[in-house]
Amino acid sequence: MEKLIVSPSPHQRGSVTTQKIMLFVIIALLPAIVAATVIFGIRALLLVLVCTASSVLFEFLCRKLMKRDNTISDLSAAVTGILLALNLPVNLPFWMAVLGSFVAIVIVKQLFGGIGQNFANPAIVGRIVLMLSFTPYMSSWLKPFWYKTADLTTSPTPLAAEWVVSYSSSSDFVGKITPPVSYMDLFLGKTGGCIGETCALALLIGGLFLVVTKVISPSTPIAFVGTVAVLTFIFKGDVLYQVLSGGLLLGAIFMATDYVTTPITTKGKIVFGIGCGIITFLIRNFGGFPEGVSFAILLMNLLTPYIDKLTKTRPFGFVKNKEVKQNG
Amino acid sequence: MSIKRLNGVHLKHFKNTESETTVSFPLSAKVILPMGQGMGAPCEPLVNVGDKVFVGQKIGDSDKFMSVPVHSSVSGTVKELRDYALPGGRYCKAVVIESDGKQTVDETIAPPEIKTADDFIKAVRESGAVGLGGAGFPTHVKLRFENHVDTLIINAAECEPYITSDYREMMENPSDVYDGIKLMLEKLNINRAKLCIEKNKPKAIRLFSKMAAKDSALDVVTLPSKYPQGAEKMLLFTATGRVVKENELIAAENAIVVNVSTVAFINRYIKTGMPLISRRLTVDGDAVGMPCNIEVLLGTTIKDILDYSNAKDYRKLIMGGPMMGVCMVDPEAPVIKTHNALLALKSDTLYKSTPCIRCGKCIKACPMNLMPTELEKAYHAKSREQLTALRVNLCMNCGACSYVCPAKRPLAETNCLSKEFLRNTAQK
Repeated sequence: MEKLIVSPSPHQRGSVTTQKIMLFVIIALLPAIVAATVIFGIRALLLVLVCTASSVLFEFLCRKLMKRDNTISDLSAAVTGILLALNLPVNLPFWMAVLGSFVAIVIVKQLFGGIGQNFANPAIVGRIVLMLSFTPYMSSWLKPFWYKTADLTTSPTPLAAEWVVSYSSSSDFVGKITPPVSYMDLFLGKTGGCIGETCALALLIGGLFLVVTKVISPSTPIAFVGTVAVLTFIFKGDVLYQVLSGGLLLGAIFMATDYVTTPITTKGKIVFGIGCGIITFLIRNFGGFPEGVSFAILLMNLLTPYIDKLTKTRPFGFVKNKEVKQNG
Repeated sequence: MSIKRLNGVHLKHFKNTESETTVSFPLSAKVILPMGQGMGAPCEPLVNVGDKVFVGQKIGDSDKFMSVPVHSSVSGTVKELRDYALPGGRYCKAVVIESDGKQTVDETIAPPEIKTADDFIKAVRESGAVGLGGAGFPTHVKLRFENHVDTLIINAAECEPYITSDYREMMENPSDVYDGIKLMLEKLNINRAKLCIEKNKPKAIRLFSKMAAKDSALDVVTLPSKYPQGAEKMLLFTATGRVVKENELIAAENAIVVNVSTVAFINRYIKTGMPLISRRLTVDGDAVGMPCNIEVLLGTTIKDILDYSNAKDYRKLIMGGPMMGVCMVDPEAPVIKTHNALLALKSDTLYKSTPCIRCGKCIKACPMNLMPTELEKAYHAKSREQLTALRVNLCMNCGACSYVCPAKRPLAETNCLSKEFLRNTAQK
């Protein structure tokens, strides 16, 4: 008879694996990818493919070079690639996108030890590096459905667009202010912007899927979006417009919920979300950039270890300030 | 109270044997009776090789407080005194008895005379009772509480998958359970009892709710089917809302928790005087051809039970449930008092750990609200300070963290190592 297996308990494990979680994130991103393709054309899909393929390839080569177990099958590199692509404008040259993948996977993720070890969100840093390096390319936005009309003129994003003030008569001091993009267009994504950020509907469907499947906890997105909404309300801005524009929903649902680079407890996640919301609001309203979601998440990524330290759970039956007796 | 809901995990129940009526397991040619069959100090053998022994005769005892005597489960001749490896790695003696097949009962067996609470507790000690739910804590020690106890919690959660031995006790011997509860309330002067049953056992809940309806001292508490609801601290919290403070015992919260099968056994012992010589065992697992519940004499070898239940091609033998059970090294090992299930599994998926992705599922699963992933890091950093601050000693090794971990990290296992590390490096 073969020898019996002896191992410590527990002898059964749950069915959730890292790979399954990443697969669920990819599934949740599909609506956004579809929306991006519909709104910005087949080049948007190609951009997603280029980023994903290059991210996976960089991950593969990196692990090979470092003589470590290959981790491409955990799908985390694919998730990073998709997220990076969704944060890019549709007409960005592919080589720049590949460079973004390189920064994300090689520099931010693998040089710090690979999955679970990076302190900043790879896709976000990839995007920020591209934005600072190739600012003109990264801030030129083709209009939605440009591919139908072959219209290559660019349009500002909803956040950078001028608000139209119309006066009914020349003596009026208070004009009627209309948003440059209608709420419905913002909700459906019919506006300029990064390919994955414009369609709020697709992002919300994905987010709902992740919450229902318990991949993410809703605390971070709610705290993040809620903070932006509350601050906008206090400063008498247009709450709905702020929430639906720019990268807020993409960031709040898919980037600020990254396990590795955000706090681990629910309390911590809420602090993180509020922090992101405040920074986003400040950059959008008082900063030099029209959009601040990426910077907000990156800055909060850096604070995550400190948030973690201050938001530990309280053990059941915990007694404060006591000399803990040791066994033995 | 800040805590509203206990953490835990939802497991698949696999209660395949819940309607399997207990059958008496046939007498084996020999039994092996270890002198340590639960927590506490092992006994010294009272018999020598060649001695004739009878059913129910005391064959091992100890003068230590935290110890329970061992009785012979068969009549026959002592063949051997051998060393027996306890799961923790220590050794104790074991008495091997060859059965004469007659099962002659020791003539001194008679119902104990009980006048005072002290008599009752002494009788419980003499019965050889330990917690039959698996932990094997000496019952008489538990009953000798010092502060006022107002609630007797009867643990019938049976929250581990597969196991149905407590459930069968309730369904087959409801009057022993009920009378046992009444007996303990009366003898120990406790006001009320709460019989706590997980909601995946609706028949038992209905049966005992009917009895409790006519009895103001007994409540039936329906527990959520969430592992590890049967852990003492979790049970007390769900039943009464009381939180046991770290480094305190349940009794500090004016309650004691006793397993339902233990209660029923004590009732039978007080009635008949026959000590603990057999127990109910669920036999299940994917290698078992005939999953069943058996009443088996202590000391019967696992091999005999595996043959009886048509177990084939097993690679892993577990005594207890799949979450906290102990792996058996040798099929020739005997059934002891703490065994409530024997699981024979064909294969064991050996998981490869991948890096922690900080998903936090372990933290949400931990019933004690600990942070298993942080504890793992603290262990690898060999940080006494961190391990202590994160309260690794509160871990009861339920395994919920390891179960939910998507990276398949050995979190519960590491907590065991951490506790060992703290013990070994404690300042003397």
